[in-house]
Amino acid sequence: MRRRAAALSGDSKQHCSQATESGYGASPMLIFIMKRLGFMVVIMIVVSLALFVILELSPGSVATKVLGPYTSEEQRNLWLEQHGYMQPLYVRYFSWLGNFVTGDFGESTRFKVPVSEVLWPRLWNTAILGFWVFAFMIPISLVLGILAGMREGSRLDRTISVASIITTSVPEFASTVIVSAIFVFWLKWLPGTSSMTDGFSFKELILPVMVLVIYDFGYVARMTRASMAEVMTTQYIRTAVLKGLRYRRVILKHALRNALIAPFTVIVLQVSWLLSGVIVVEFFFGYKGFGALLLEASLNDDIFVIEACAMVAVFVVVVGRLISDVGYQYLNPRIRFS
Amino acid sequence: MSHATATTIPAPSYVAALVRVLKSFALLRESWVGMIGAGIVIFWVLVAILAPFLSPFDPLATLQPYAKPLTPFAGGGTFWLGTDHIGRDILSRIIWGSRTVLIYAPLAAFTAYAVGIMMGVAAGYFGGWIDDLLSGIADIILSFPVLVLYIIIIATFGASPINIILAITFATGPVVMRIVRGLVLDLKNRDYVAAAQTRGESSWRIMLVEILPNARGPLIVDACLRLGYVIITIGVLGFLGLGLPPPDPDWGGMINETRQMAMFAPHMTLFPCIAISSLILGFNLLADGLREISLRD
Repeated sequence: MRRRAAALSGDSKQHCSQATESGYGASPMLIFIMKRLGFMVVIMIVVSLALFVILELSPGSVATKVLGPYTSEEQRNLWLEQHGYMQPLYVRYFSWLGNFVTGDFGESTRFKVPVSEVLWPRLWNTAILGFWVFAFMIPISLVLGILAGMREGSRLDRTISVASIITTSVPEFASTVIVSAIFVFWLKWLPGTSSMTDGFSFKELILPVMVLVIYDFGYVARMTRASMAEVMTTQYIRTAVLKGLRYRRVILKHALRNALIAPFTVIVLQVSWLLSGVIVVEFFFGYKGFGALLLEASLNDDIFVIEACAMVAVFVVVVGRLISDVGYQYLNPRIRFS
Repeated sequence: MSHATATTIPAPSYVAALVRVLKSFALLRESWVGMIGAGIVIFWVLVAILAPFLSPFDPLATLQPYAKPLTPFAGGGTFWLGTDHIGRDILSRIIWGSRTVLIYAPLAAFTAYAVGIMMGVAAGYFGGWIDDLLSGIADIILSFPVLVLYIIIIATFGASPINIILAITFATGPVVMRIVRGLVLDLKNRDYVAAAQTRGESSWRIMLVEILPNARGPLIVDACLRLGYVIITIGVLGFLGLGLPPPDPDWGGMINETRQMAMFAPHMTLFPCIAISSLILGFNLLADGLREISLRD
């Protein structure tokens, strides 16, 4: 059915562009975006409620976590009184939510500073890491996926597919150990930690980026391959080949435009995966990023940091999903013009 | 098949099901990738079953710390893969650790599948508000990066086998649900479903007996992939120090305990890494082979 839709997309495009000119064009897209935004807000509210209930349902345990296990009953009660924990749950939730929205995440019990002071620099470090991961992962996976999908079943296709299965089968925590054994232990080329204690150093970023790229490129390459292989079987590509166009031109001008729509959404959605992946890599290499912060916070019962990290993570995922949905709508002519 | 059941007394359904399963495994011969995958998985299953006979030492006994691979042990035997920092034989720990992973991963995947299938068939078959509600729940759970979700659950409720299985079910169930829902939406308009409805069969019977078996192909492929992910998850949790409690050999935990020594004694971490990666690779190759075969016909 999709094949037929692709073949039809040529004339449906013409047909629908008239509708766009007569003034209806922008509004369905806008309505779609508004709907998605509304949905996003609902998800954030439900997630915040769930987090709040899990972590702060009983004030007594909050006080124990904040003040430590060796405090007296009076100390805890005093703290609860001062911080408004004697109020009913819903009042606490709304005041917590209000503070949260205005960027007041409370105070980290471990670092004894406001959470936002720890969180934003850590998030920025992870953004740097993520940027380089994407900068390498996207070209590698797209090129490999296109090469494999161009001639389905060829030896190149089989080789790339099997290689990508193998690299995605090695979990990040195993590949951190393997790459550091090779590059740190045997070759002694790279440092084994990425704590960046003497300022930013690109050399320390190489191994974390390498591990994440190795683990992730295979998945995106496989998605690209599937999309490319599907496009290559369509009638319009066959027509282009049969009318005598050069193969290179068929691929670059005709096939890629449709084949890259699906990988686009896959790549944007990898942001969610990356936020998981960085936890392992940052933990192993001692990189001062968001993932390591969340892990340390969970191991030390630093609940306000956990809440802030989780909310930020969910926010990033939901925004990523919004971008991928809207981008898919925009890139896909069948949807854009209908 | 239909005329066979009409003319002869049908064999008990579980026998037929078993024959079908065996036949589908015989089909694997057509895909060498799938064969290799099946071989690796069967290898580890055998290792896990035969652990008491294969393991040269007690996995918990502290014998001789920091022995390099192939070091002979004074008390007889050889440390084929060396020992770890407190002197436990790594080969024996890997062999016993295969039991841990091959018990918990399938168990967690199974519960995740049970929950996901129930949610998915209900959402796909009933539609309406049930679908909205279940899909909404799935959307919310899937808004968390998986590992963030695991860390929060395990950090809040503690690391125990039950909690790890529950956390995996909680995080993986919605993924399965979405796949099942999509399959059910496609299948529920078939004629045999309409026939069952006309016969007056109950909704759950239609969902689980009429629709679900016809969705098994993609689900089996996904289950193999999902098992790989669950093994990664159990490994990651062990690696982050949130996994099963220490004394029992657990591959992720072994890597975590010895990663500090990785710079001068890499054998301690490398072998468990190879073990866990090979098992995941086995399931992934198996899934790929099964998919290839299912696409062929």
